[in-house]
Amino acid sequence: MEALSNRKKVLEQKPMNFWERMYLPAIFKGMAITFRHMFKPKETVFYPEVQREFSENWRGMHSLKRDEEGRERCTACGLCALSCPAEAITMVAAERKKGEEALYREEKYAATYEINMLRCIFCGLCEEACPKEAIYLDGPIVPADYLRKDFIYGKDKLVEKPLTELTK
Amino acid sequence: MEIAFVIEKFVFITVIFALSLLVAMYSTLAERKIAAFLQDRVGPNRAGPGGMFQPLADGVKMFLKEEIIPTESNKFLFIAGPSLAILTACIGSAVIPWGQDIQLFGRTIALQATDINVGILYIFGVVSLGVYGIMIGGWASNNKFSLMGAIRAASQNISYEIPMGLSIIALLLVTNSLSLKDIVEQQHGFQWNVFYQPLGFLIFLVCAFAETNRTPFDLPECETELVGGYHTEYSSMKLGFFLFAEYINMFVSSAVMATLYFGGYNYPGMDFMNNLLGPTFGPLLGMGVLFIKIFAFIFFFMWVRWTIPRFRYDQLMNLGWKVLIPLAIANIVLTGIVTALVNGF
Repeated sequence: MEALSNRKKVLEQKPMNFWERMYLPAIFKGMAITFRHMFKPKETVFYPEVQREFSENWRGMHSLKRDEEGRERCTACGLCALSCPAEAITMVAAERKKGEEALYREEKYAATYEINMLRCIFCGLCEEACPKEAIYLDGPIVPADYLRKDFIYGKDKLVEKPLTELTK
Repeated sequence: MEIAFVIEKFVFITVIFALSLLVAMYSTLAERKIAAFLQDRVGPNRAGPGGMFQPLADGVKMFLKEEIIPTESNKFLFIAGPSLAILTACIGSAVIPWGQDIQLFGRTIALQATDINVGILYIFGVVSLGVYGIMIGGWASNNKFSLMGAIRAASQNISYEIPMGLSIIALLLVTNSLSLKDIVEQQHGFQWNVFYQPLGFLIFLVCAFAETNRTPFDLPECETELVGGYHTEYSSMKLGFFLFAEYINMFVSSAVMATLYFGGYNYPGMDFMNNLLGPTFGPLLGMGVLFIKIFAFIFFFMWVRWTIPRFRYDQLMNLGWKVLIPLAIANIVLTGIVTALVNGF
């Protein structure tokens, strides 16, 4: 058959000579290679002590953001829960009372906001859906735990620390 | 028989037994460490400094695991399999001479459990018994994968015992003795048998790999084809016994190879060192040298395991019957001719 491109290479398969058929030279060659690897620098990253740098588009644990005055941005519109393909997000909305203006930016806020980390697939659709730029998946790896109920993260784990605590 | 002699033998056998178990235990750690180093990793390093207590942790884990005996299995044989495997692995070290006679507490003690005059045949008997543990365990599991593993183990061991025995015959033509003690004494200093029997050593080495079911001959437990081979159905410490028996086998066959071909406790300049250190520490140094040789062989076993891929089954049989046996017979003929020429003229 005529070749369509000139990239085709015909490989010639020669029968092995006696030296090659003994396999011993090839075995010694291979063993020399593995022996050399004993002295090479190790690739291991000692995980809990040393952490590898995440890439820029890494999606890790969620965090609920605050605005520049330290108020929670989330207005409990539910778009994130709606967009979530794994149905991992639930929330209960509440109305902002008088005197709470320093805590919540909008008139409605999330009284509880829970993400089930066992359901979450870290697709980032909640991040895309959010009209208030309130949720981002910019955290570290979600740590392991023993009980299923401990994987349902509430506001205590998700909401960013207040500015005052960060500057302290 | 005086009581002191019985006590002496009892203590010696206990020490050797404990030592071979200890070596086998730390071989498991060494295997994982060497595997890691050959693959640019660091291996287990969390349990104790440098992973020192990893074998203990593994042992505890094995003991605490749930013990499962399949309902359709033959219960007696299912338990007998791993017991037999570890038993035959442990008794192999009885005839190995660990050192010269040592002066201790005013007594001369032979560093050998027993010097029977057919030591090599004893080793062979024990090695061929070793496959029964695997066969019985694999058959009793009542599982097709286990049975396949057991059949492979049996046919492999039978095939490779023949070239192993033939390579030993060539060695016996040189040594004229079946006693391991005599064979070691003949290799005094640097007259190691490996220089007279290089081909025989190579055949013996390949067969030792096959007899201990180590890669590239680990078809009986080949994970990619047979799940776990003969120990598919085993769990808990019964599985541990099977795996542990492999490491003890490795230790014993390393000791046998060091004894038969690499001079055992002999090393160049040993007379000088014996005069210097006296009758207590001289033999101890010899024993240390033997252990260095054994560890070198164990390292070699592991090095090969993490370098060479597994044979296909027909390749295994081809190598055994069409290559190693003719080579071993040629080696016997050659050795016989050379011995006759050297002795006759």
